[in-house]
Amino acid sequence: MLLEADSVEVAFGGGISGGARRLALRGVSLALPADQPTILAVVGESGSGKTTLTRLLLGLLCPTAGTVRYLGQDIARMDRAAHAAFRREVQAVFQDPFAAYNPFYPVDRILILPARQFGLVATRAAAYALAEASLVQVGLRPAETLGRYPHQLSGGQRQRLMVARALMLRPRVIVADEPVSMVDASLRATILQNLYGLTVDHRISLLYVTHDLATAYQVADRVAVMQNGVVVEEGDVEAVIRRPQHPYTQALVAAIPPPDPTVPWGVDDEAA
Amino acid sequence: MSAALRPAAEPPVLEVRDLDVAFETRRGRAHAVQGVSFTLHRGERLGLVGESGSGKTTTALALMRLLRPPGRILGGEAWLGELDLLAAKPAALRQARFARIALVPQGAMNSLNPVLTCGTQIEDLLQAHGVPAGGAATQTRIARLLDGVGLASEIARLYPHQLSGGMKQRVCIALAMALGPSVILADEPTSALDVIVQKQVLRTLIAAQKTLGAGMVLVGHDMGLMAQFAHTVGVMYAGTLVEVGPVRALFADPRHPYTRMLIASLPRFDRRRHFVGIPGMAPSLFNPPPGCPFHPRCPQATARCAAEIPQEQILPDGRRVRCHYAQEPALAA
Repeated sequence: MLLEADSVEVAFGGGISGGARRLALRGVSLALPADQPTILAVVGESGSGKTTLTRLLLGLLCPTAGTVRYLGQDIARMDRAAHAAFRREVQAVFQDPFAAYNPFYPVDRILILPARQFGLVATRAAAYALAEASLVQVGLRPAETLGRYPHQLSGGQRQRLMVARALMLRPRVIVADEPVSMVDASLRATILQNLYGLTVDHRISLLYVTHDLATAYQVADRVAVMQNGVVVEEGDVEAVIRRPQHPYTQALVAAIPPPDPTVPWGVDDEAA
Repeated sequence: MSAALRPAAEPPVLEVRDLDVAFETRRGRAHAVQGVSFTLHRGERLGLVGESGSGKTTTALALMRLLRPPGRILGGEAWLGELDLLAAKPAALRQARFARIALVPQGAMNSLNPVLTCGTQIEDLLQAHGVPAGGAATQTRIARLLDGVGLASEIARLYPHQLSGGMKQRVCIALAMALGPSVILADEPTSALDVIVQKQVLRTLIAAQKTLGAGMVLVGHDMGLMAQFAHTVGVMYAGTLVEVGPVRALFADPRHPYTRMLIASLPRFDRRRHFVGIPGMAPSLFNPPPGCPFHPRCPQATARCAAEIPQEQILPDGRRVRCHYAQEPALAA
């Protein structure tokens, strides 16, 4: 397996901090296969544990029980070299780019810092060339973005910058946690198309975490539905949407408004 | 009775004419709402939809006269019966708010007072409009209101932090219903909620609107939700209403390219990997492009679009569209 969570459990609270011990994840197993690039959507509502799961898979959080493995190796027990490879090859795209960037760094520094950190480029000129190329890939114009600070970019540009930064490091996996939930609907399709197209072109596996089953359907090959820290249903995206088995998945599917006023949805009893 | 079949003789409960709002800032004037006109009838649900910055929330706040500086109403009229909301004196406004026109604010969950119980907040509202406080009759009224939005009467004794987001949203709907207004403005009432709760709250909102027979304006960004909620849809772009019309006609045959692209961008369950975005960005309100504000993003724009601001056209089916080419066949997307 490429990246895998094996029966992971995460508990918050209890211990010396007091408060009730609560399980954010209760024995979750999910995997991205190594043989071919896969897009796996993790769908759930707030509190379902999906963000906790992304933090585990990125190595930002340790499971209370269970193991996270990258290429078969427990990420908590890797040697320095393997861990550095893991850090470069598994990249993140977060929900709120404002929270992810250092507000005092201009775009060129945001891009060049990780490129040098991971030894992808030897010279400053090479770093700039790489940064420019990765901006172009996501449809940003280097001349208009490189010298700017995050607050000078629009929400859509900030989100694309995060995709550019992740792609620049030539990852094998991108973990995207609600990458378009803070973006206007008109931009959502463009950013998802970009993310989808680039992961396919570069044979990158994508873990797409979202509350939105409709965009999960657009992007993913497989989908895992989470509720209260448990994966309640997992399967091929077409099968899960057309024939949801678990009552919670059925409720999620029914909660998507059909974008057609002639299709009844059941919020207005009189509507026909 | 659907809004479309209403006898034309009945006057609208709200008539907005040429609403103009600007924000005067150090960077200059941002003309956030320009010449917005619409009517709302008893029992009608109007969806105002647009991207962030399109002026939909500003329109709602201006109608409630809740705009704060640097926001300023430059002109227009908004007739709530015989009262022009935009010209009304503070005392008249205070009487009209919630009694005749109520707002379910954006992020309603954070607009409740954290140190008062939900019951006290409803009681305060009633009292401010002359309903005597305390007493069994008031308590019964509060319990009935909560019941009307699907909450148990015990909720009255709880503080907002003891409730979930969906429950707080329902308390806000109960507040908006409390005095039986003829118009309810709901500003993104479900966008902070999980999808399953969103559907339940929308159902509550529609039930409340029907119980009162009120006209309702739902401000939102989700065109899919509007398809299910609204009788009439108004699409806003860069401060103007670019297309207004009955929901079915508008979805079946959108006449403004922006409406067309908004509908096409909705994710669909019949086609995977079908991404239709709207390229480009909304224009700066400080420095709008000449001509049609949508022309830099419009696939059908001509030289005329870059030069001339389109006037509103009224189509045979009553739709109002601000596009030079509203009556011409649409190009394939």
